[in-house]
Amino acid sequence: MEKCPSVKSILLLDSEGKRVAVKYYSDDWPTNAAKEAFEKDVFTKTQKTNARTEAEIAMFENNMVVYKFVQDLHFFVTGGEDENELILATVLQGFFDAVGLLLRGNVDKREALENLDLILLCLDEIVDGGIILETDATVIAGKVASHSIDAGAPLSEQTISQALATAREHLTRSLLK
Amino acid sequence: MAQPFMKKDDDLDDEAEYSPFLGIEKWAALQEARVFNDPQLDPRRCCQVITKLLYLLNQGETFTKTESTEVFFAVTKLFQSIDLGLRRMVYLMIKELSPCADEVIIVTSSLMKDMNSKTDMYRANSIRVLCRITDGTLLTQIERYLKQAIVDKNPVVASAALVSGIHLLQTNPEIVKRWSNEVQEAMQSRVALVQFHALALLHQIRLNDRLAVSKLVTSLTKGTVRSPLAQCLLIRYISQVICDSAGNTPPGERPFYDYLDSCLRRGGEMVNFEAARAITELNGVTNQELTPAITVLQYFLLSSNPVKKFAAIRTLNKVAMTHPMAVTSCNIEMESLISDQNRSIATLAITTLLKTGNESSIDRLMKQITNFMSEIADEFKIVVVEAIRSLCMKFPLKYRSLMNFLSNILREEGGFEYKKAIADSIVILIRDMPDAKESGLLHLCEFIEDCEFTYLSTQILHFLGIEGPTTADPSKYIRYIYNRVHLENATVRASAVSTLAKFGAMVDSLKPRIFVLLRRCLFDADDEVRDRATLYMNTLGADGAVVETGGDASEFLFKSLDVPLVNLETSLKNYEPSDKHFDISSVPKEVKVKPLAEKKAPSKKPTGLGAPRRGPTSTGTVDAYERLLSSIPEFSSFGKLFKSSAPVELTEAETEYAVTVVKHIFDHHVVFQYNCTNTIPEQFLENVTVIVDASEAEEFSEVASKPLRSLPYDSPGQTFVAFEKPEGVPAAGKFSNILRFIVKEVDPSTGETDDDGVDDEYQLEELEVVAADYMQKVGVSNFLNAWENMNPDSERIDEYGLGQRESLADAVNAVINLLGMQPCEGTGVVPSNSRSHACLLSGVFIGNVKVLVRLSFGIDGQKEVAMKLAVRSDDESISNAIHEIVASG
Repeated sequence: MEKCPSVKSILLLDSEGKRVAVKYYSDDWPTNAAKEAFEKDVFTKTQKTNARTEAEIAMFENNMVVYKFVQDLHFFVTGGEDENELILATVLQGFFDAVGLLLRGNVDKREALENLDLILLCLDEIVDGGIILETDATVIAGKVASHSIDAGAPLSEQTISQALATAREHLTRSLLK
Repeated sequence: MAQPFMKKDDDLDDEAEYSPFLGIEKWAALQEARVFNDPQLDPRRCCQVITKLLYLLNQGETFTKTESTEVFFAVTKLFQSIDLGLRRMVYLMIKELSPCADEVIIVTSSLMKDMNSKTDMYRANSIRVLCRITDGTLLTQIERYLKQAIVDKNPVVASAALVSGIHLLQTNPEIVKRWSNEVQEAMQSRVALVQFHALALLHQIRLNDRLAVSKLVTSLTKGTVRSPLAQCLLIRYISQVICDSAGNTPPGERPFYDYLDSCLRRGGEMVNFEAARAITELNGVTNQELTPAITVLQYFLLSSNPVKKFAAIRTLNKVAMTHPMAVTSCNIEMESLISDQNRSIATLAITTLLKTGNESSIDRLMKQITNFMSEIADEFKIVVVEAIRSLCMKFPLKYRSLMNFLSNILREEGGFEYKKAIADSIVILIRDMPDAKESGLLHLCEFIEDCEFTYLSTQILHFLGIEGPTTADPSKYIRYIYNRVHLENATVRASAVSTLAKFGAMVDSLKPRIFVLLRRCLFDADDEVRDRATLYMNTLGADGAVVETGGDASEFLFKSLDVPLVNLETSLKNYEPSDKHFDISSVPKEVKVKPLAEKKAPSKKPTGLGAPRRGPTSTGTVDAYERLLSSIPEFSSFGKLFKSSAPVELTEAETEYAVTVVKHIFDHHVVFQYNCTNTIPEQFLENVTVIVDASEAEEFSEVASKPLRSLPYDSPGQTFVAFEKPEGVPAAGKFSNILRFIVKEVDPSTGETDDDGVDDEYQLEELEVVAADYMQKVGVSNFLNAWENMNPDSERIDEYGLGQRESLADAVNAVINLLGMQPCEGTGVVPSNSRSHACLLSGVFIGNVKVLVRLSFGIDGQKEVAMKLAVRSDDESISNAIHEIVASG
């Protein structure tokens, strides 16, 4: 396990450092208080940097943190101090772009909270227990949005939400072109 | 806003309402979960409720056991719905709730049904959920499906099964190991990520079988691994294999190096970087091996992407610690990074440059750093200060500009750790560079004028007391010190009084004036300050006309207390007030078994940006040894300790008794200090001695030994053996050692010791005293000057052939180690690919004879190395001796 590229946490915080959605894959932070302290630390240490055009990176207390901001959302992916920085950056990019696709370009806190189900599914599709599942944003977004494309089920059985999701995916696809 | 559960998505759109979850409460959300039980399920509504619950959990809310069970049962009802979106949320919810074993059984059949569904998404996700919550007993039931899933043609399903396998291996290795064939088949997948997950699992399965791992790695380097992540993984496995096989391969040959080298150019930047990093971390990497990796990192430095720049500069920074010359090719790129927006990158660039820079570029660098220092946080500043300190050791001629820099930053704002790092650096520079002493002391004086940290003030005052009196004009420090008595808190005042007394004791001309000052201190508000002043007045003889300071007084002032404080404390407690005064000489001097400084394993990892590891300062260890040895009556007559070697291991790691030896060299004597540790809990050792056979060391004869009375489990102790040797000459020899002791059985459960002991012996490895043991590494700041000032008549020159060597650096290091001298002015490092090299060494030979050595090396096409050796020293016979050492080495 210790050789496998691994992600310790993925954090999505707002512009005040409050949680929008977070996911921890390591026992380094056993309690919610420890997690909140870590988030506060990460947030304050990166707050003043400009990570809007390119992903930025920082290291403190044996944690490597890569991050990118858009609107009032702060995206973070953290790993151990020996992790390959470029791998973490790839995960961050996958997460960042997938959220962009899922929120149809309107990436801000409000939109993210209103589609929190998509964000949570997105996190679930990127990393499983610290192991990277997928880093390609279109594939991640596709998996999250396509959960209604049931090849087995006839079209008539599709519910409204399935139809909606299908439409959403078409949108996603067209965005990517 | 007041009624959170009224809101629907549509209501929110037009309002200024910020979060759809604003004001949400746990009890309300749990109540809402009742909709899961409706006979007519509304999937959309159910999704919203689950999202709300997940939101609460994500915000750190916790459910009680009953709440969580209730939600879990309600959620299981949702398996009735065929809505895919809802099913995904159900999966997420189950994972978050992490149900207990009884509850798992409820959903197992539903999940198993999904595992066999035609829908890929169902199969993939149900596998991940089930594997997450299962407890092993279930695993045998679903094993068949998992094996199928591993080779499923849908990559998402295969990956889900493989990743689950990696997790399950931790808890149920025997089951997962049976999947080897399927995993191997998955390795052949065309889909990149499946290959990556399969490789991770396969390696995990074979982890404990080195041969199998080696075979796996070998076959993969020949085949095609497509996924960049899998390639990174493979590179890590290769590094491990190389590390494990070290020693089994012929020298000069590095297995798999070609593969690593090829990864520098293909597979994408992630792989290129992983390979470059792996190469730089190879054990004993050569400059030739490094070059292509450095080129790749250099290219990364030019990128506009901060992550790539950071990754590259961090790696180069580590390389620069061991191979500074290899990194110099990136100097131009690194200099442009000093102004980088990202302060971590800038700091790493600076500290790397400080390691790789040459003497001429220092002034320019310092100018750039000065602008930069005001913009970074303390933690980065400390890293820079440490880098500057080591730079100063490397280029002593540049001490002036570096010292100026340190004093400037000392005056600026900063926290305790930062100030301490600066003050420590100045102290070290003063200690090691006589030229820097005067200016350094004045900088420190100015610093304590306005220092808010009591600890630092007292430390600096103490240091001033030791170094100040021996300067050309000690009187100029008095003003700074006496100011402390006026302006500071009691602790600082007290140490200022002690410092004044030291000046009084050392400098007779200042004595009357010091007395005036001390007398004023007698009226201090604090009793410790008053006591000290009274005590020192008496010791220095203020009342009498005696102007000459007796040896006793200065010894009292400067020598540290030679009894352990613990012993003193117990003695004082036992002392009963009577007519008899307390006698300090009655305090036992024997040190209780206590691990020495060097035994303390570095428990804390260096934090921050590749902070250089700081070992215990050599002077500190020597002091500790000196105190230890002088406390032993048998050795107290040996005089001043000249040098103590680093501990040498006499046993293999993890044997019954771990023994290391430290060689203490005196003028006429050598003392071996055997540090013994008993690693068997069932044994208690008594009367531990080392029997030394010196038949292969003719010039030595044993004069004393000090056995160790008892050696309990895991509490290190020391036994000593002393030898007499002829004065001056570097007597060398081999000693064989046998550990002899009485062993008693201990019952580890009760801690009781048997009364009957048995004599036993334990063979230790041989120990050698070599010429380098008689040489102290002492640098000089200006070698050429020092060389010219030595008597040219003492010069001895000769030429030597050193035979075939792997590289020039190898030969240079061999000679430096043989002589045990300090390379000066950075000449200890050989630039890569150079054909010749000049090396300047300095040291102090036993008998306090200063020795300077100039070495010129040349290497030819056949790697034959020739060397010219010129020695000057205070004593001609020592010059000859140095040549003898080289000739016989």
